[in-house]
Amino acid sequence: MSAGDSAAVSAVEGKLAELSTSCDLRTLPRRGKPASARTLNTAQIPLVASHPEVYEPCDDSFALVDALLSDKAQLLALQPSLCLEVGCGSGYVITSLAIMLRQLGSGTQYLATDINQHAVETTQGTLGAHGIHADVIATDIVSGLEKRLAGMVDVVVVNPPYVPTPEEEIGIKGIAASWAGGLNGRQVIDRILPAVRELLSEKGCLYMIALEDNDPLGICHLMNEKGFASRVLLKRCTEEESLYVLKFWQDAAVSTNASQSGKSPGSDSSWLSPFRSFWHKNGSSS
Amino acid sequence: MRLLTHNFLASNVRGVSTGYPLALEVAKSSIKEVELNADFLRGILPKLDWRALVAAASAAGFPDLLAAEQPQEAELFADGAADAEGSAIRRLHHALLEIHVDEGALVCPDSGRSFPILKGVPNMLLHEDEVRH
Ligand SMILES: C[S@@+](CC[C@H](N)C(=O)[O-])C[C@H]1O[C@@H](n2cnc3c(N)ncnc32)[C@H](O)[C@@H]1O
Repeated sequence: MSAGDSAAVSAVEGKLAELSTSCDLRTLPRRGKPASARTLNTAQIPLVASHPEVYEPCDDSFALVDALLSDKAQLLALQPSLCLEVGCGSGYVITSLAIMLRQLGSGTQYLATDINQHAVETTQGTLGAHGIHADVIATDIVSGLEKRLAGMVDVVVVNPPYVPTPEEEIGIKGIAASWAGGLNGRQVIDRILPAVRELLSEKGCLYMIALEDNDPLGICHLMNEKGFASRVLLKRCTEEESLYVLKFWQDAAVSTNASQSGKSPGSDSSWLSPFRSFWHKNGSSS
Repeated sequence: MRLLTHNFLASNVRGVSTGYPLALEVAKSSIKEVELNADFLRGILPKLDWRALVAAASAAGFPDLLAAEQPQEAELFADGAADAEGSAIRRLHHALLEIHVDEGALVCPDSGRSFPILKGVPNMLLHEDEVRH
């Protein structure tokens, strides 16, 4: 291992140490305290099932659910037929989504996947405790669904493994899969994005967590090249990390811009402006 | 797992071209009633593989639940059909959303690879040498 490698590794170890202070999976008090606005419209923390090898609801899970809540009117207006969570972990997010869209009744059906077999069981437990049904599948991202489900999913939610780690940590089974994100924390994210793009319906939206280290602006740029508009729904800074909840949807105007100019849009392109204003408004506030 | 999901799942093993439909083996199933939503059924109908659904319902113990050929929309969504006992739309609703496979397996029609269904969850995870690259 070269000196550069070990520097990278210690940076990673530092990151992991930071992560475990912000969101300790083993030693600190395990249950986050939900904000009061959250409680009626989301899964109830005491009813969320748990397992030592499964990621418990943390700051990132709460940020994603808070962002979904803030976008609830749009979600209801969308009248999604199929909603999907990739990487459902404890089931807190998919259960919360189903609760906040309860009034759509059986017009909306839910699917959830996770690569961790303990997670799919835990998700079943959480769903059951809330009297909600989703079909849960143990699989890598959406493997097995990509052909027949193409273009059919209206809402996708993802809190991916986003922590920068050595590449070798990808593929480790159990709880490590909940954070290990490889180079820049992007390795799993960069496999999720194309798979999700294939599944999204014309009116479909993706809600995804990203960390500052994942280069959220770069992710938006990449999605923009594929014809997706983007918005930062929420930014939350803890002492250790800055979390973003990004929303993506297909936008014909965006895709014509991108293809007509023959290059990726410049930083002053209009697609970026909502993002930029968010950046300026909130970026330096904490 | 409900038959809705079965209808959209395919084998993901390396070297398999279609891998669809997966043969369903049912060791344990249950029924959970939910409200019928005609709009959902109308939206999903064009995407359904009817034959796969008929075969899956049969495997789950309901060989006579669905007609062999997909009913016309006019019949399915006729006025009052949703409230009529035994109507085509009620049968479709029952097949897609109310039958739960709790224990069993999904078998790839091309490779014979069996994917277990445990506690209601199909396991599509592959071994390293089965993954497409
Ligand atoms: C950060 S946790 C989020 C869990 C839960 N959604 C939440 O917000 O609390 C990431 C989840 O993604 C799962 N995961 C990681 N890699 C995956 C993959 N390739 N396919 C499916 N799920 C994956 C992990 O097992 C873990 O449950």
